[in-house]
Amino acid sequence: MPDYILEARGITKTFPGVKALDGVDLRVRRGETHAVVGENGAGKSTLMMVLTGVYRPDAGQILIGGKPVSFHSHEAAVRQGVAIVYQELSLVPSLSIAENIFTNHQPVNSLGFVRRSELLDRTREYLALFDLDTVLDPAALVRSLSPANQQVVEILKAISTDPAVLIMDEPTSSLTEVEIVRLFENIRRLTARGIACLYISHHLSEIFEIADTVTILRDGRFVCDAAVKDVDEDFLVSNMVGRTIADIYGARPDPASLGPMRFEARGLGRAGVFAGADLRARSGEIVGLAGLVGAGRTELGRAIFGAEPADTGTMLLDGRSIAPRSPRDAIGLGIGYLTEDRKTQGLFLDFPLSANIAANRLKRLSLGPLVSDALVDGAANAAVREYRIASGGQGKAVRNLSGGNQQKVLIAAWIGIEPRLLIVDEPTRGVDVGARSEIYAFLRSLAARGTAIIMISSDLSEILGLSDRIYVMKSGRIAGEIAGADATEESVIALATGAAGGASQ
Amino acid sequence: MKDWFGRVTRQREFMIGALVVGVCIAMTFASPYFLSSGNILALLLGLSVEAIIAVAMTNLMVAGGFDMSVGSIVAFTGAATATLIVAGLPVVIAVLAGLAIGAAVGFFNGFIIGKIGINPFVTTLSSLSLFRGLTLFLTRGKNISGLPDSFKEIGQATVLGIQTPIIIAAVLIIAGDFMLRRFRFFRQSYYIGGNERGARLSGINVDRLKILAYTLTGLFAGLAGIVMTSRLGAASMTAGTGLELRVITAVIIGGASLQGGEGTVFGAFLGSLLMALITNALTLLGVDVYWQTFVIGATLLSAVLIDQVGKKRAQGTVARLPDRSQQK
Repeated sequence: MPDYILEARGITKTFPGVKALDGVDLRVRRGETHAVVGENGAGKSTLMMVLTGVYRPDAGQILIGGKPVSFHSHEAAVRQGVAIVYQELSLVPSLSIAENIFTNHQPVNSLGFVRRSELLDRTREYLALFDLDTVLDPAALVRSLSPANQQVVEILKAISTDPAVLIMDEPTSSLTEVEIVRLFENIRRLTARGIACLYISHHLSEIFEIADTVTILRDGRFVCDAAVKDVDEDFLVSNMVGRTIADIYGARPDPASLGPMRFEARGLGRAGVFAGADLRARSGEIVGLAGLVGAGRTELGRAIFGAEPADTGTMLLDGRSIAPRSPRDAIGLGIGYLTEDRKTQGLFLDFPLSANIAANRLKRLSLGPLVSDALVDGAANAAVREYRIASGGQGKAVRNLSGGNQQKVLIAAWIGIEPRLLIVDEPTRGVDVGARSEIYAFLRSLAARGTAIIMISSDLSEILGLSDRIYVMKSGRIAGEIAGADATEESVIALATGAAGGASQ
Repeated sequence: MKDWFGRVTRQREFMIGALVVGVCIAMTFASPYFLSSGNILALLLGLSVEAIIAVAMTNLMVAGGFDMSVGSIVAFTGAATATLIVAGLPVVIAVLAGLAIGAAVGFFNGFIIGKIGINPFVTTLSSLSLFRGLTLFLTRGKNISGLPDSFKEIGQATVLGIQTPIIIAAVLIIAGDFMLRRFRFFRQSYYIGGNERGARLSGINVDRLKILAYTLTGLFAGLAGIVMTSRLGAASMTAGTGLELRVITAVIIGGASLQGGEGTVFGAFLGSLLMALITNALTLLGVDVYWQTFVIGATLLSAVLIDQVGKKRAQGTVARLPDRSQQK
C-alpha cells in the first residue's frame, strides 16, 4: 500500500437543496503536487473546506498519515498538519512580514513579550527557503510588497505551522508570467522538503507543468485520479465536463463581413499609466487587447469607459467625438465595461440576480420615476433563459452562485444595455471550461449583432482563439497590432515582452 | 424571481411588526390604561421627532452612510430658528432659514465624506461636537423662550385631536417609505450600499447621491429641531442629546445594517415604535425606569442576532472563517 499522507474516503457534504460532495475520495502522497480539477460547482472548494475543518462532512473519513482524524474546527486541521494558502490574500497590510508569518505563534519570553530578534531571525530562515532572505527585510510592512511577494508571505505563513499538506487555491490568479515561474520553483522546493501540495487551478496548462497527480471532480463526485504524465488535456476536459468540447471559440467571421468603424481612439493617454494609444474597432469585431499584467490594458479600458478618464487624446464613436468623464457618461453613450474583478467591482453579491441585472439600466426598467418590478423580473427571467444561468432559485443572493454563473450574470447585465462598444476585461477569469465556451458564444453573437468588443485578456489561448484583431500592449504603450488569423503565441509574446523590438504594423 | 425586493424587505418588517402587535396585545391585558387614546397619542408624540429623522437616516444607511450628528443638528437648528425669531424675523422666514441651516450642515457632512473621503463615523462625530458647541455658544447655556404663538402652532396645534408632530411624522413616513421602495432615484441608494464601486461602474452617480443623502438627513433633522422647539415652546441647548443613537437603533431594528444595502422606512418606524412601546410598557408596569435603556439594548441585539441566524440558515452554511470576499 502506497504511503498516503492525506487520504479522504467517501466524503459527503449536503447543504439544503444541494449535495455539494457525494462520496468523494482523495489520495495524496507525501511530497507530491496533487492537482484537483473540475468545473465550478464540481465541489473543489467544498472539499477544501472539509479538509481544512471549516465544514464538517456528513459522511466519510479523513486520514492523515494513515490515522483517522476529525477536525472540529479550522484550528484543529491546522494543528494536525493541513494548511491553506488563500486565493484572496489574508494578510494584514499594516504589519510586518515577520508579524504576518507568525500571526498567532510569535516567539515570546517568559513574561509574554515578543522576542523580536528571534522573530526576525526565524522569518529570515523562512525567507531563505525561497532565496528571498537577502531581498526582503523581515521587518518590512506587507503593504509595501508586490502582490507576488505578498503571496510568498502568505505561503510562508501557511508553512510556518509545519504542515504535511499545503492547499493552494488558484494561486496564480493575480500573478504575472514571470512570477508564476517563480511560484512553481517555490512549490518544487516545498515538495522536495516532503510537503505535499494540493493544487487547485482552472488553468490546465499549469497542471501539466507543476502537478504529479490529478484528481478530477464532477458535480460533487469523484471521477478519477491519474498520474499527470499519463493523461492529456482532452482527457482532463472531457472528464471534467462529461463530454468532449469541439472548438470552444467558434468560427471567426470573414473580415470583409465586418461593419463600419465603430470606435476609434487616437493618442489616448493618462499620465503615468499609458500613453499614445491608437485603437480601432469595427462594428461586429472582437478586438483582443493582450499584454503582460501591468502593461496598462485595464487602465486603457477604464479610460475609454470614463472610470478613470484619459487626459490626452481623442475618441470617436460612430464618427462622433466623445469624451466620457464617468461610467455614467459612457453608459449613456452606449459603452459597457465588464470588470476583471467581478466580486469587488462588478456584482452586488448580497442582491439577487434580478437586482444585478437591473443595476446598469434602472431607467429602462422603470415606468416614469418608479422602478417596475414587472420589467425587472422580465429582464431577469429573460437573462436566465437566454444565458442559461443556474440562478439557484428565486431571490437568492448571487454570492451563492458559481463563478461561471456569476460571470454570466454580469455579461447578461452588460449585453442588456445593448452596447455599441463593450469592453470585457478578463471575461473568463475563474470560470470553468463549460461556462467559458458559452461566454465565448455570447460574445460572438453580440458582435454578430453589430457591437464592437474590446477584449482584455491574460489568457493567450483566448486572445488567439477569439480575436479578429489583436493589439498588444507593453509598458503603457500599444506595441503592435496583429490580425487574429495570423497571430501565434510567439508573435504576441514577442510584442508583449519587447523581444521583437518595435511595432509591427 | 417575483418581486424579490418586496419579499426581502418585508421579512424584517413582519418580524418587528409581529413583536409590536404582541407587545400591544400583552399590554392591553396587563394595563387598562394602555389602550387609552391619551396613552397612545402620548406615545406617538414622543417618538415623532425621532421618526422624522429616521425617514432620512434610513435612506442614508441604506446607501452605506451613517450620521452621528443629527441630535446636534436638532439642537442647533432649533436654537438658530428661535434666535432669528427673537431677533424679529418673520416666523416663516426663520423656519425656512432653520431648514436651510439643517440642510447646510448635512451638506457639510456629505461633502467631507463623499468628496474628500473622510470616514462617516469620524466626520459626523466631529459634527456632533461642532454643532453642539455652536448651540452652546448661541444659547449661552440658557433656553431661548418667548416665542410667538404662530411659531408654537407648528408643534402644538391639533387636527382632529391629533398633535401636528404626529401628523408631520406620519406624512413623511408614508411618503418616504413609498419613495424609498419604489422610486428609481432612491433605489440607487441600495446599490451604493450594496457595492459602492460596483454602483459607480454601473453608471450611478455615487458621490452626488451620497452628498444628497447627508443633506436630506440634515434637512430632516432641521425639521425635527424646529418641530421640537415649537412643541416645547423654547429652544434648549440640550435638545436632542443622544437622539442620534435612538434613531440609528430604530433604523437597524427596522432592518438596515451598517454595511448598507438593506432597510426600509416603514421598518425604521416599526423599530422606533417598538422601542417606544417597550419604554411605555415598562413605565405602565411600574418597572424601575433605569431598566429601560438596558431593554432597548437587548432589543437591538436580539433583532440583529435573529436576523443573522436567519441569513446563515438561508445560505445553508455556518462559516467559521471570515467571509473573504468582503475584505476588500
